[in-house]
Amino acid sequence: MSKRDFHHQLREPGAAVYGERSRWGRFQFDPLLGLLLVLLMGVGLVVLYSADDSGHAQLRRQAVYMAAGLVVMLATAQLSPRFLERWAWWPYGLAVLLLLAVDLIGSDAKGARRWLELGPLRFQPAELMKIALPLVASAYLAARPLPPRLRDVGVVLGILAVPLVLVVWQPDLGTAVLIAAGGGFVLFLAGLGVRYIVLAAAAALIAAPLMWLFVLHDYQKTRILTLLDPESDKLGAGWNIIQSTTAIGAGGWFGKGWMQGTQSQLDFLPEGHTDFIIAVLAEEFGFVAVLGLLGLYLLIILRGLAISLAAPSPFARLLAGSIVLTFFVYVFVNMGMVAGVLPVVGVPLPMVSYGGTSVITLSIGFGILMAIRSETGRRG
Amino acid sequence: MNADRLLRDHRREHRLFAGRLGLALLGMGLLFTLLVWRYFDLQVLRHEDFVTRAERNRIHVRAIPPPRGLIFDRNGVLLADNRPGFILSIVIERAGNLDLLLAELQRLIALGDAELERFRQLAARRRPYESVPLRYNLTEEEQSILAVNEYRFEGLEISAQLVRHYPQGAMLAHVLGYMGRIDETELKAIDPDAYRGVYSIGKAGLERFYEAELLGKPGYEYAETNARGRVMRVIERTEPTAGRNLRLHLDLRLQQEAYAALAGERGAVVAIDVRDGGVLALASAPGFDPNPFVTGISSAAYRELTQSSDRPLFDRATRGQYPPGSTVKPLFALAALDSGVVTPTTRIYDPGFFRLENSSHRYRDWKRGGHGWVTVREGVVQSCDIFFYTVGTRMGIDRLYQIGTQFGLGVKTGIDLPNEAAGVMPSRDWKRAVRGVAWYPGDTVNTSIGQGFMTATPLQLAVAAMRIATRGEVRAPRLARTLGQSPVAAPLAIERIQLADSTWAAVIEAMRGVVEDRRGTARTALLAMGPLRYSLAGKTGTAQVVGIKQNERYDARRLAKEQLDHALFIAFAPVEAPRIAVAVIVENGEHGSSTAAPVARQVIDTYLGLAAQEPVGGT
Repeated sequence: MSKRDFHHQLREPGAAVYGERSRWGRFQFDPLLGLLLVLLMGVGLVVLYSADDSGHAQLRRQAVYMAAGLVVMLATAQLSPRFLERWAWWPYGLAVLLLLAVDLIGSDAKGARRWLELGPLRFQPAELMKIALPLVASAYLAARPLPPRLRDVGVVLGILAVPLVLVVWQPDLGTAVLIAAGGGFVLFLAGLGVRYIVLAAAAALIAAPLMWLFVLHDYQKTRILTLLDPESDKLGAGWNIIQSTTAIGAGGWFGKGWMQGTQSQLDFLPEGHTDFIIAVLAEEFGFVAVLGLLGLYLLIILRGLAISLAAPSPFARLLAGSIVLTFFVYVFVNMGMVAGVLPVVGVPLPMVSYGGTSVITLSIGFGILMAIRSETGRRG
Repeated sequence: MNADRLLRDHRREHRLFAGRLGLALLGMGLLFTLLVWRYFDLQVLRHEDFVTRAERNRIHVRAIPPPRGLIFDRNGVLLADNRPGFILSIVIERAGNLDLLLAELQRLIALGDAELERFRQLAARRRPYESVPLRYNLTEEEQSILAVNEYRFEGLEISAQLVRHYPQGAMLAHVLGYMGRIDETELKAIDPDAYRGVYSIGKAGLERFYEAELLGKPGYEYAETNARGRVMRVIERTEPTAGRNLRLHLDLRLQQEAYAALAGERGAVVAIDVRDGGVLALASAPGFDPNPFVTGISSAAYRELTQSSDRPLFDRATRGQYPPGSTVKPLFALAALDSGVVTPTTRIYDPGFFRLENSSHRYRDWKRGGHGWVTVREGVVQSCDIFFYTVGTRMGIDRLYQIGTQFGLGVKTGIDLPNEAAGVMPSRDWKRAVRGVAWYPGDTVNTSIGQGFMTATPLQLAVAAMRIATRGEVRAPRLARTLGQSPVAAPLAIERIQLADSTWAAVIEAMRGVVEDRRGTARTALLAMGPLRYSLAGKTGTAQVVGIKQNERYDARRLAKEQLDHALFIAFAPVEAPRIAVAVIVENGEHGSSTAAPVARQVIDTYLGLAAQEPVGGT
């Protein structure tokens, strides 16, 4: 391990010599990012208060998840990027094993196997993979000169393919998209040649019809067809999209007011507290609030990009960039599908939709960003 | 270790990374702009559209079915009313495991296969969260069983609606008809707006004939509902307009009397108020309970009704077509006098049989050995077949057809009921058209005593009796007296049957003789019931069910009940100022005199007795 350490110490001109002061000597935290995230969670709770149809049980639970998320985020922020880089393969290996376990012994919900039950805990291994994959891809590529050579790209694609196949198998298209995005962004940021990107796009175009024929389930095909023409099946698959676009459109500039959205309060909007929560916000608070929320997301993304640009090591850069871009994908896919421009896949609106798992995963991601930021800050 | 690994160009890598980040930022900016545009398009540009859509979602127009018009008898006794009934329905989206729920319900209340089949059909066509009816009329017992267990079942709904009820049951089934579910064919024919929220329609009888008037107009309720269709609050309500009440000429007490008089028999009684054509009683026996039809009769019960040899579903009074037999003799007597083939004093000899010229076929009289010399009066009083064979043959079929048609034979009476039968008043044209052969003189012989091709409904015979009683007034019989506040008139036809007063008088007197004369065919049977307090004119009839061969004798003991002759009687009273005309048929009752006439008297006694009790002119 000595050679490797030596190499790391040499990696950037003027790099500080580590180990002089204990990393644990000081609390690691990025106040700006923290403030933005707390704001976002606040927005989430306000909207959930209105969308919650369980007599505030969901609201209370979500508040607990958020508190837990903040704790997890702060804890993660105390880790050193070097530590993460060194141990990057472990979470990946664990996640692959757990995904295998899910496919074999997982529990069913609505025709898909996504959950592992460990006593009272229900756990989605695919969520872990959302963090583990960028971690391992960044670690692998950062250890090599960039832009990556073709062989290295091949290895990363292999690393990506294993969990992807397992997740599509479940099937969970939304999570697969996010995992693939995470891996893809690492490659992109590492400087993957433009011709490969073009090549990959071409391959995707060719693969699409094959996916349609051999991979996609009927319900997934229906969702895509429904996107093209929601009126074709008004009361079936088209119902969600018709009701969500109606809710959004009915909101107008300033919305109908908190708790006043008829689409959500009268239960026309399905999944109003989870994946479709943006429709509740749009109906009750209007276009202005949608812009505001997008602005908040944009600020978080910009802050994340700044952190990644200033990151002290290639590993930290790639990892931070990939986390931020994946976060963007969350926002775009969710808001796009609710507004009827993307097919309905199970992607929540980050930090706003009800659900503990995604809050925890996202918190870990932001914790990593903070850890990287702290490293930079100390150096500067 | 590879040399180039150690000699990394960190600045170049960082520039590359920054470039890529810039590219990503550009891409994100583009996609964010796309999102903003999409939301702007939905929320600002197409805002109005979606507001309308959301309102359409939220506001539901719920039809409120109108209460159907009630039906009363002439004295205000309720014959058809609306009772609250309870529908069991299921909101499938809320039910969870539907098969399990149905299985559980099956244990509490018996569900038929047909019921489940219909439920599944309706379920396939529902909109999300719409409740699908499973059972339309819960009994009180089922209702309480379900009420106790309702908490166990998610998605179960019990709602109230008005269900038609017929308190008089079988005796009025053929008059009132019954309500039933609107079927596919009816669905295409009706105006959907007029039937919003209405699920049943008049299937037969008055319910069907006066459907449009009884129906009423549905009201509307604009209500805010949630996606499950549950009403959150009512915004606006337009009350339904109740259907118009129907008040009949029919007198329930008379109807009861008539139906009771037919007890155990198959037959019909028709009683009409001679003065206005109002139908006082219209009984067909046996009847059936119409109430199960309203909520959907079980196929077993329905099969039992259709397969019964008594044919209870068949309305004998308006649809039963029987050979009228001797009851038409008064009509032909009128024609004979009018056309001059006989005068009141002309005598015709009856040796017991009649033979057409150049034929050896003997047409027998009902009385072996004959009646000897007979006038037209004696011909009617004693119901002498030979007399009518003779005058019938002299007049010819064209004249018989003319008089029969004038009295309504072979013609629908125009009563306010659907599907009345027209019977047959045969003619040369009729036979050529229907049978494809020419009219034979023998056909005229048969027709002149109301046999052969000739058939008539009891209603037609009562109408004929009414026309005799009024000396030629032509008027359609009517069941309905008032509809809401307005009277339902049965207009008097401008044309009346023009006959000389002496002709009317001669035949009416002869009909009185049927009851009063020593040899009158109805005398014995009628007077056995006690002395008459009023004057009665009548005519007996016996209609052959099976043909009797040339040399055979009718022997009741050798025939099965179903092959015995039908007994008929027509009458009106009082003779001086007729008020009621009656026709009675008792299937396989053998003789008009013995079985049908007493029924008629019972009805007339009751009617005139009731009339005598009631104050006239408000004093």
